Order: sequence, then C-alpha cells, then structure tokens
Amino acid sequence: MWDWAFTLEILPALARAAVITVEVTILGFLIALTLGLALAVCRIALPWTRLPISLLVELIRSTPLLIQIFFLYFVGPSFGLTLDAMTTGVLAVGVHYATYCSEVYRAGFESVPRGQWEASVALNLGRATTLRDVIIPQAIPPVVPALGNYLVALFKETPLLSAIAVLELMQTAKIIGSQTFRYTEPITLVGLFFLAMSLVSAWAIRRVEAGINRRYRR
Amino acid sequence: MSEPPMVSFENVTKRYGSLTVLDGLNLTISRGEKVAIIGPSGSGKTTVLRMLMTLETIDGGVIRVEGEPLTHTERQGRLVPANLAHIRKVRAKIGMVFQSFNLFPHMTALHNCMEAPVKVLGLSRAEAEARAADLLEMVGLSNRRDYYPSQLSGGQQQRVAIARALAMRPRVMLFDEVTSALDPELVGEVLQVIRKLGEEHDLTMLMVTHQMGFAREFADRVCFFYEGRICEEGEPKAFFQNPQNERSRQFLRAVLEAG
Repeated sequence: MWDWAFTLEILPALARAAVITVEVTILGFLIALTLGLALAVCRIALPWTRLPISLLVELIRSTPLLIQIFFLYFVGPSFGLTLDAMTTGVLAVGVHYATYCSEVYRAGFESVPRGQWEASVALNLGRATTLRDVIIPQAIPPVVPALGNYLVALFKETPLLSAIAVLELMQTAKIIGSQTFRYTEPITLVGLFFLAMSLVSAWAIRRVEAGINRRYRR
Repeated sequence: MSEPPMVSFENVTKRYGSLTVLDGLNLTISRGEKVAIIGPSGSGKTTVLRMLMTLETIDGGVIRVEGEPLTHTERQGRLVPANLAHIRKVRAKIGMVFQSFNLFPHMTALHNCMEAPVKVLGLSRAEAEARAADLLEMVGLSNRRDYYPSQLSGGQQQRVAIARALAMRPRVMLFDEVTSALDPELVGEVLQVIRKLGEEHDLTMLMVTHQMGFAREFADRVCFFYEGRICEEGEPKAFFQNPQNERSRQFLRAVLEAG
C-alpha cells in the first residue's frame, strides 16, 4: 500500500512545490493585509469611497475564489491584462482575502471608543496623524486573531491555484500521480504538509498575539 | 475699539432632529474669565463646550474666538462655512478635558502629553518632552510619567489629561464634568489642579460641573442652563445665596439636598 522508496523519490519535488505554496501564501497575505487596511481606512477617511468599496467587497466575497482566479487568468488577457500563472494566483488570492480583512479591520476601527477621536480633535491632531498614531494602534491588536484565521484559511485555499497550473503542492502531486499512477503517497504527503503548516502558523499567530498584547493592550 | 471678547456665542442654535438643544444662545466670555456652567442634565450645557471644541456642528448663529468666527469665514461681509485649515487655526486656541479622560491607552503619560506638540506644533521631541515633564510636575505626577493610563487611578488619569491639553498652550480651557467619573476621594486632587491653574495662569476657563462648592468659590460667573437657554447668570455668591429664578431655586434646592 505505502511505498517508502517512492515516497523518498518524490519528496524533493514536493519540497520545491511546498516552497511555492508558502510563497503564494506569504505574498498573498501581505497583499490581503495592506490592501484590506487601505480599503478600511478609505472607508473612514473618504466618505465618497464608501459605496464603491462596499460594492467591490460584496462582489468579491459573493463569488467563488476559483472563478475569480479563472477570470483573471483566462479573461484578463482580452482586457489587455496578461499575467503569468504565479502572479495571477497571488493577486487573486490577495485581493480576495483583502476584502475579508477589510471587514475585520472595520470591526477593529469600530471598537475604538469615540472619545479617542474626540480627544484627537481637541488636541488639533490632523486626520492622518489621528489614524496613524491614535486609532490604528488601538484598532489592530484586538483583531489579530481574526486576521490570523484568514492567514490559515488563505493558506488552505492555495491548492485552487493548481487550476491554472501554478506548480504549488497540489499541482505537483497531481502531476506525480498522473505520471506514476500512484496517488496515495503524494496526496497524503500534501495533506500532512498542510496539517503541519496550519499548526505551525496557528502557533505563530498566538505568539504574535501575545507579543502585541504585551505591547499595546493595557 | 476695545479688544474682542475671548469667546462669544451669538444667537447659536443646535438641534438634534426635531429636538432643539440650544435655542439662540448668547454668551460672551472675556479674557481670563472663569465661567461655571450648571444646570440639570439635558439642559444643553455640555453641548456648549462641544460646539466650541468643534465636536458638534451648529445649526444657526456664530461662535467667535477672539473675534474670529470659529467654523465660518467672512467673505464680502457674509459668513460662509470655513475650510478645515481655518477651523484648525482657530481651534488651536482651545483645549478640552473630558469626563471620561480619553487618554491614549497605548501611550505613557509622558507620550500622551508629547504627541500633539510634536505632531501639530512641530516641536522637537526634546522640547516636547521638557514641556510635558514640566506640566506633569505641575499636576503632581512627575513620578508617573512612564506609566500607562491603565496603571493610573482615575484622578491621576484626569490630571494627565489636563497636562496633555495644556501642552498645546491653549488660551481657553474647557472642562466637561471632569470629576463626574471619579470616585469621591479622587475629586479633590483634580479640583486642586484646576484651582492652581486658575491662580497661576491667565487662562480663560469654561467648566460644566456638578461641584457646586467648587463653582461657588472658583468661578467669576455662574450660568444656569435650563432647556437650552441661560435661565439665570451672575456672580456666584449672589447666585447661590439668592437665586432670582424659580427654576434655579428648584435646581439648587435639589442639588443641595442630594449633598
């Protein structure tokens, strides 16, 4: 049933693919974190952006990620947007999760008491300074766990990129399987890798949380 | 021509929906004057301070600070809404202390007092730190400068909030029920700081307060608000000993009974 020699043989290829998976996750999550914050801040600072952003967020959250990936990769070129598979994947995953993150940030902003805004007005702080120095440092610590959940969720959705042939773990396992007609080892290893990485990231998030709590929450 | 009053409310109206909170308020405060605003809750007294701090918009009339309209500019003899730059310029003359302190919880006492001087006035960190340290000493908290708000008692937090407001060198200080959220034994230390401030500086002060004893000995003038209007105003001694208006008498009786 389980062939250890075969396992050893395919391990290097899977390890290379694992690096791609982690790359997609990190780059995608960086986009999600920064774009999500930008969307949330725009909604607060520029009232006229509220409606278009809500529409965009609703549109992206209400359609499957797989369709967005396909759309960007196969329909994008007819609008002059030609990107390689890896870039497409990172962008699609990043933008998709940015909409979720923006809602998380929004909840964080709403948790900051109104008195903090009022004190900032009374001290004549500018809008940008108020956001940067007063509001954001208080809005983010409480939502770190929620953001961490989305990191793990994003990570677990990266196999969708196999649909546009990004050589991440799932795609690599499928290729190995179709070439050798052995699926047990590659697919199991992929599953184990995701399990291990999810546990590691959950642990890392708890560490970050604890650090932030020490620094900000008093 | 004599110099303009420090603050003047001219026929100022404030509504929330169909509810008129302030109805054609006229109030003039001269330089260095200490005015206590008292009255039952819902009488619009806190709104007066919040409008002057631009935390509330006004629906009619004009507020002037040293003769200059606060949220308007004069163009061809008419008052038009001012831009943010103008509002910030005039607002710089005003500082406020809140009932709920509103200190920045992620900054130490010292940093709370340094943030605005550095970011708004453009002071160097060293200058701002020296100024903040002086003010924390003035409010008796030199030994707490590196504490976070959550590590301070309510009275200490409120004294930091006073120092923080003073660090911007305002001409007018607004105190909005600054002792109402404090345990009774902590009220004294905050009032003492305000008293000291009044003695040592030529600050104009407006305070909404329920501390009748403090209003009586500290204020130059008491304004009694009732249903969005100034019902009675005058020298504290005369007002407290011999209120003229029936509403003021009722209010004072109720307050004194409550102790």
